[in-house]
Amino acid sequence: MNNFEPLIAVFSCHYCSYAAADLAGTSRIQYPPNIRVIKVPCTGRVSVNHILRALECGADGVYVAGCLEGTCHFMSGNYKAKHRVQYVKDLLSEINVEPERVQVYFMSAAEGSKFANIAREMTETIKELGPSPLKQTQSE
Amino acid sequence: MIVAERKPMEEILAMTADFQRILVLGCGGCTTVCFSGGAREVETLSTLIRMDRKQRGKPVGTVEALTELQCEPHSVTPVLEKLKGQYDVVLSMACGAGVQTVAKLFPDQRVFPALNTNFTGMAEEHGVWKELCLACGDCILDRTGGICPVTRCAKGLLNGACGGASEGKCEVSKDLPCAWQEIYHALKRLNLLSYLKERPKVKAWPIHPSRVVREDLRQVAATEVD
Repeated sequence: MNNFEPLIAVFSCHYCSYAAADLAGTSRIQYPPNIRVIKVPCTGRVSVNHILRALECGADGVYVAGCLEGTCHFMSGNYKAKHRVQYVKDLLSEINVEPERVQVYFMSAAEGSKFANIAREMTETIKELGPSPLKQTQSE
Repeated sequence: MIVAERKPMEEILAMTADFQRILVLGCGGCTTVCFSGGAREVETLSTLIRMDRKQRGKPVGTVEALTELQCEPHSVTPVLEKLKGQYDVVLSMACGAGVQTVAKLFPDQRVFPALNTNFTGMAEEHGVWKELCLACGDCILDRTGGICPVTRCAKGLLNGACGGASEGKCEVSKDLPCAWQEIYHALKRLNLLSYLKERPKVKAWPIHPSRVVREDLRQVAATEVD
């Protein structure tokens, strides 16, 4: 699996991590091309079903990138996302999918380098885990 | 409302393992309100079943549907009739009454419960539910300040506190308030403490399975009128 290039969906908040991704771009900070950013108005908009569907449709990993704790534009969206991600992790454990494939991160709009570091970190994590078990279908 | 929880995935997956087309049928009533069997939960469960079966190399098709009230035949029949031939098994996300309604209406159809029905209660806060009513069939809440000792007293006592409570908490659990202490405070607040001096009525416990008949509401054949 040395050539494995994971596909990672990122639910990115309009007010912070999406701006951080922009900053990473304008600052010419390099990060792996494995991530696909999906802009959301707030990470509180990301439901359990959004994350599950991303995994079902072929993502090897998913992470939700929201505002720093205490700084959500809508007061509590990032806390809701944090709890939902934990709930999804528990659901995934129940069907024998590694819960580490789903993560939540917090950052501010000024942290372009953090956005890049997290993209690198998540890509490494998923590379270590290997392709999604949904892709390695084994017939019994 | 009736409060229910999803069964462990292992159990649901084992039940449905031999089927290729599963109808995941939610309920728009109580289980939607308690976030265990509404449209969102139907989508979540269907996705989890598909993901699991994909991993095992045995892909499955799911159909997602919602009945208004699954314990009400009129709201179940049209939904299932419309989807006829599109599924091999019904996985119901309603309470036990909903599952049995589907089983009764479609006797040749396999119906499985995806939920465990826990109790009748209320939402204490968002995400926390508390049992309040045992459906005993002979309500005494008028005499107990709106607090049900049948359900909320661990011993279901009808004639006052047992003496085992300490600092307002039941001897069964320190997290459980003594229902009779709560009843005392409620009656005191309402200036109705005299109720406690009365002898409690003998309770008419129902024989199960219980049944309610309202003759005025029953469908009468046209020929029977006059």
